[in-house]
Amino acid sequence: MGTLLEVVDLQTHFLTRGGVVRAVDGVSWDVAEGETVALVGESGCGKSVSALSIMRLVAAPAGRIVGGRVLFKGRDLLSLDEEAMRRVRGREIAMIFQEPMTSLNPVLTIGRQITEGLETHLDMTPTAARARAAELLSMVGIPDPARRLAQYPHQFSGGMRQRMMIAMALACEPSLVLADEPTTALDVTIQAQILELMKSLSRRLGVAMLMITHNLGVVARYADRVNVMYAGKIIERGTAREIYANPRHPYTLGLLRSVPRLDEPRRARLDPIEGQPPDLSRLPGGCSFAPRCAFRVERCLVETPPLRPIGSAEHVSACWEAERVRAAREPVGGRT
Amino acid sequence: MSGEVLLEVRNLVKHFEIGGGLFGGRRGLVRAVDGVSFAIRRGETLGLVGESGCGKTTTGRCILQLETPTSGEILFEGRDLTKLGADELRAVRRRLQVIFQDPYSSLNPRMTVGEIIAEPLHVHGIVRGAGARRDRVRDLLRQVGLLPQHAGRYPHQLSGGQRQRVGIARALAMEPALIVCDEPVSALDVSIQAQIINLLEDLQAELGLTYLFIAHDLAVVRHISDRVAVMYLGKIVELADRKTLYDDPLHPYTRALLSAVPIPDPELEARREHIVLRGEVPSPLDPPSGCVFHPRCPIAVDRCRQIVPELREVKPGHWAACLLA
Repeated sequence: MGTLLEVVDLQTHFLTRGGVVRAVDGVSWDVAEGETVALVGESGCGKSVSALSIMRLVAAPAGRIVGGRVLFKGRDLLSLDEEAMRRVRGREIAMIFQEPMTSLNPVLTIGRQITEGLETHLDMTPTAARARAAELLSMVGIPDPARRLAQYPHQFSGGMRQRMMIAMALACEPSLVLADEPTTALDVTIQAQILELMKSLSRRLGVAMLMITHNLGVVARYADRVNVMYAGKIIERGTAREIYANPRHPYTLGLLRSVPRLDEPRRARLDPIEGQPPDLSRLPGGCSFAPRCAFRVERCLVETPPLRPIGSAEHVSACWEAERVRAAREPVGGRT
Repeated sequence: MSGEVLLEVRNLVKHFEIGGGLFGGRRGLVRAVDGVSFAIRRGETLGLVGESGCGKTTTGRCILQLETPTSGEILFEGRDLTKLGADELRAVRRRLQVIFQDPYSSLNPRMTVGEIIAEPLHVHGIVRGAGARRDRVRDLLRQVGLLPQHAGRYPHQLSGGQRQRVGIARALAMEPALIVCDEPVSALDVSIQAQIINLLEDLQAELGLTYLFIAHDLAVVRHISDRVAVMYLGKIVELADRKTLYDDPLHPYTRALLSAVPIPDPELEARREHIVLRGEVPSPLDPPSGCVFHPRCPIAVDRCRQIVPELREVKPGHWAACLLA
């Protein structure tokens, strides 16, 4: 499969009263055609800002993309003029947000919100757009689409609204969908429905997906490859199988160990990652994770570790002590 | 588990009336909690799980007397809270504290951490004298894993995890017997959640606390609870000790919930069978007839549409509200 999106050394900064916040700090990753790639990390790690940077939707003037390239089908999106970028948004790359209610227009009918894109991007007639909108709603499992098209967002439940967002995202048959925490606001049984729907549609339509989430379980079920982010940088990348079976960065290992799991015997005690996430305007020298890291050596405090292949070329980790992490990956702590 | 019962909830009902339109007529009745009974023993943690709108938070608020129940009894240390006068209630309520989901919205932004924790000590006359209160605040901060200098900070200067620690310290200041923990970790980052859960467990061991732990995260609830109750549409549908409930769930809703939780292991996820429930939770304004779960139930039969299943003891200590259990 060819590369669809290639992000090269992307840097997005925010200017705040506290100083420059390097939200995305020299990040490179890619998505192949039809592939599902995850960006995983906790709040403030830069995963959402990465997606907004690709769409060039970072709020100016505080936020600014200060470096890097975003190559989509070979073109650098960062060098396009605004008019050309508008043709990319929604048409070639679509986005699904966590809270559908805040990204839908409350005073427009559902039908109008779907047909708008079809008329703008695909030059459809209102009649054709309306027929296509009904088709899209039934594709995402919304019953009685003709009646639903005339309704407003508040008349939909949370799960139905997210189905609608998916319909809108897929309306113009984009080749890439950026999904930012698409199921975080939903209940677990509805989350399962929405994720199954996204998975089957992306397969059927061959759409590539960037899944942004903090939920390690969601990633395990749906992603082909995983990028783990911490403090604006990617600290580990690999296939989902490798990342979970053989994590090689202390942060990834810590994340996997800190969550209680239903498939394992209950542990007497959880193993949290100690300390707090860093302040991005005052990052320490060296590795940003070092202050919280159990594997820290002196070098970590002075030299920032680059992403280096470990084992296979596909699996990279930004840790000087990646070898020791492998040796330690067996779960610790008592079991009951 | 044996031991003295600290809290007993008997047939708790909380209905909210939806006010009518222009002429104020009654438009409907939301059956938020619809006949819930359970008991918590001293030193125990009872987990209460369910999806949004199932009534778990309203149940907690009724126990805390933040809502007036429509009917039912809430026996705390043997006395029915619903029948107490204002003065008696104030004295009892001290021993009944709460930790909320979002520590930021439950801490006064204009008060320092020290003032936030000292205020209840002063108001309830628990510790007299400013100097003694300062000492007590310092002890409480240490108990929840904060430093003495945090007393001078404001909530916005703390991280989410630190704010939740302040919320816990404030609850502990009242020397409670029971703490209602309402989604205490769901707003926190994954790496911080485990810190707070370990803290809650340490405090329980140290102070002999009793928890009602309300949450939607089934893995977290399994970790912290001794027994677990599952709620759906205002009712408890299953109740058992932790191990039994997770290893041998009897109610089809519990089974579907457990199967819907994604597990952080791609190989296991690929092999695992997922029960994807159809449809969504019906409105508590107009709950379905018979078993409220029947429209989504994968094994429902005809009589589920007519007969309301009672929560019955199917096996010793294992309760389920399902005709087919």
